[in-house]
Amino acid sequence: MALALQTFATVKDANTALRAQGTRYLGGGTLVVRAANEGDVSVSGLVRSTDPALSAIAVAGGKVRIGASVTMAAIARHPDLGALAKAARSVGGPAIRNMATVGGNLFAPAPYGDFTVALLALDATVGTEDGETPIGTFLAGRDGSRAIVTSVSCTLPKADSFRFLKVSRVKPKGVSVLSIAAILEQAADGTVSSARIALGCMADRPIRAKSAEKALLGKSLDQNGIAAALAAATEGIAPITDPIASAWYRAEVLPVHLGRLLLT
Amino acid sequence: MAKVPVQFTLNGSEKAEFIDSGTTLLNALRDKVGDTSPKGGCHQGTCGACSVIIDGELRLSCLTLAETCNGTTITTTSGLSESGVLHPLQRAFLDTFATQCGFCTPGMIMAAKVLLDHTPNPSRDEVVEALSGNICRCTGYEPIIQAVLTAARANSQNAA
Repeated sequence: MALALQTFATVKDANTALRAQGTRYLGGGTLVVRAANEGDVSVSGLVRSTDPALSAIAVAGGKVRIGASVTMAAIARHPDLGALAKAARSVGGPAIRNMATVGGNLFAPAPYGDFTVALLALDATVGTEDGETPIGTFLAGRDGSRAIVTSVSCTLPKADSFRFLKVSRVKPKGVSVLSIAAILEQAADGTVSSARIALGCMADRPIRAKSAEKALLGKSLDQNGIAAALAAATEGIAPITDPIASAWYRAEVLPVHLGRLLLT
Repeated sequence: MAKVPVQFTLNGSEKAEFIDSGTTLLNALRDKVGDTSPKGGCHQGTCGACSVIIDGELRLSCLTLAETCNGTTITTTSGLSESGVLHPLQRAFLDTFATQCGFCTPGMIMAAKVLLDHTPNPSRDEVVEALSGNICRCTGYEPIIQAVLTAARANSQNAA
């Protein structure tokens, strides 16, 4: 089904057009055109903005601001974003990575949205014309969100503090069974001083593993030290069931893969 | 439905069409321009059969709206042969029996072409990675991987 596309030079004008009922924002097209191809009749028009700021990556003072239209491929090849490259490369095959955007990934339902799992672990903020919102708050309310996302921002992690794992059945680029991102700080004695762990496919959108985070504090990253965190990892999860894996299977293997990630 | 003008360079030729706003590039190429080499498989971004190269980047024409391609340069498999001589990738796919039903072949060749354009002598793992967005239900992939490696070897021998 063909859908009329309106293109605007500014986000402000695109935001205004997006207020019309039945309109959706077009980023890379991997979600909204896919939905239209599938016969989603709730979409009657598309809106996009060609504002150059949406495609910009700015790195300064250990922080990065990534425009919402920046693609996964652009992140993966950016010389200053090596820490995020693995998460960006986990999204789809080469063609999808050339199209899929950071902004779109925020709205991707499980089993997609692996890059957003990384952003949640990194405590990113999501920018709109109205200001910045913590990513957890944004994800909780994303279904009712109408403002165009303009950027995501986060502090760039030290290479050894950020870990990302995507588990899929088809190698190298299958759909997620689950994905995990963790940012871990360790004290001088090697014990964990802070932990943020985000999970993909453990709900309809990325979630934090807060019980596991708490259980890691003050512990060393060895088999005994992470045992309590692995036992707590499944608290509060509601995994999805899809053709890739059942909710039961995902819950069963989560501690296994979390353990592998923590012991890396 | 509003008609919008779209102009792009397709396989070296200038194209100018009026299309319905919101038409996918896949449909525009096949139904308006008459280039049926990109195949419509899943229309979901999963199979890669519709892959084309837009300004040097591999893209899925089923998920790309034609009007967003205004002013771009597009390459499809039908533009690879020159003066009736097959492109080394096309020749390798034939010579190594990498084609069965042929439906995935144009997308596979486009993905492989982008790889070889940037990495003339890829490793096997790099070939597998480059083709990871393209599904084939016939060959089991191994002949396709061998075809890409064969074309890469042929290229490097020609360059030597």
